[in-house]
Amino acid sequence: MTVLQPNLVDEVRADESFNASACMNCGVCTAICPMELEHLPREIFRYVLLGMKEELLQHQETVFSCLLCKMCEVNCPAGVHITENVRSLRHYFDRKVFRI
Amino acid sequence: MPLPTGDTIGILADNLRLRRSVLPIPVESAIRWTKGLDLPHGGERVLYTGLMYQLIPYIEELVAAQQKMGESWMAGFTGFGRQINKILNVSAFMAHPSRDKLESFDRVPRNVALLLKRAGIEFGALYEDDLYSGALAYDLGADEELKEHASKVYATLKKHGVKEVVTIDPHTTNMLRSVYPTLLDGYDIKVRNYLEVLAEAEMVPNHRLDGEVGIHDSCVFARYEGVTAQPRQLLEGAGLSLREPEHAGTMTLCCGGPVESLYPQKAAAQAERRVAEIAAVAERGVTMCPLCYVNLQKAAKDRIRFDDISDYLRQAYEA
Repeated sequence: MTVLQPNLVDEVRADESFNASACMNCGVCTAICPMELEHLPREIFRYVLLGMKEELLQHQETVFSCLLCKMCEVNCPAGVHITENVRSLRHYFDRKVFRI
Repeated sequence: MPLPTGDTIGILADNLRLRRSVLPIPVESAIRWTKGLDLPHGGERVLYTGLMYQLIPYIEELVAAQQKMGESWMAGFTGFGRQINKILNVSAFMAHPSRDKLESFDRVPRNVALLLKRAGIEFGALYEDDLYSGALAYDLGADEELKEHASKVYATLKKHGVKEVVTIDPHTTNMLRSVYPTLLDGYDIKVRNYLEVLAEAEMVPNHRLDGEVGIHDSCVFARYEGVTAQPRQLLEGAGLSLREPEHAGTMTLCCGGPVESLYPQKAAAQAERRVAEIAAVAERGVTMCPLCYVNLQKAAKDRIRFDDISDYLRQAYEA
């Protein structure tokens, strides 16, 4: 059973630029990702928005495997700040999981 | 097995906070490139290296050591290593690049300084106060450490009376031009990359080069900073015939470098893919970022040779 944590998005959101909710799940990012990351960004953004913390934590390696190369972002039709959002996810892991 | 992500980021963030760089290097390695150039200390305009090229020989050695550790029983002790690193700079014991290797990377900032002089640009250098920009900490989400470090860099620039910096690599350019203004109130440093400065100068080459070269755009230049036309203008102006790989310009393909510190094998696979694209169009490749250079050359082995763009430009434009 998935336990939802509704305030997860507030914990992840580093600043106003976090706009994962603008994603319309079209899949351009997945198709174009040079690292062929299946879950990032679309699915992992959904986990954050829906409060699915356990699912987010299971994808730590995916979050840190992103090249931040912006190939997806410059081709995103919804204007999602994908690289900024990924950095916010990393900041969340740094503080809440790694306790840096 | 990769090293534990949290401990690796922790060590890098601790280094930035305690030692002003994710990978501290000796002062003599940081400033060796200035030898004989007779550059003034500070001034309104400075050539700012951000230590990126000087760091590469140390990064190469550290990555090799990390890979060995990751495959050994020592991987389980990185948490302990982080505690020791707070007192002693652990990387100083792990990386001892050869003199030849160090000097080969000092060549790039020297190239750039000589090219700027040729273009008639007046500038100084910050020597031991030329600090790392914090780019890796930014990428890894270490926001608090980055903000503290950015304040130190800005205070240092102000202390030396700097109003404009001319950068060399794409990462330092992006940090100082696009990221710092989002972190620091009142940040007012003008930032231009040397390729932009040289392109504006419209220099005429003293020696025309010939031959074909495959161009590799840096992701950060192409998609973060909009620098794609200037390297082409300069290389074609030098006489070279540019060959564009399948992914080029704003659609360039990453070299894999950004994940090198955490997942070297993934970085190597990405570099391999990019080398194949460049090798399909030319026998030589040109890079404009030290991370791209080292990742692509390592993957290419002897298949094709990569050179930094400043090597070509110096051959063509230096008096």
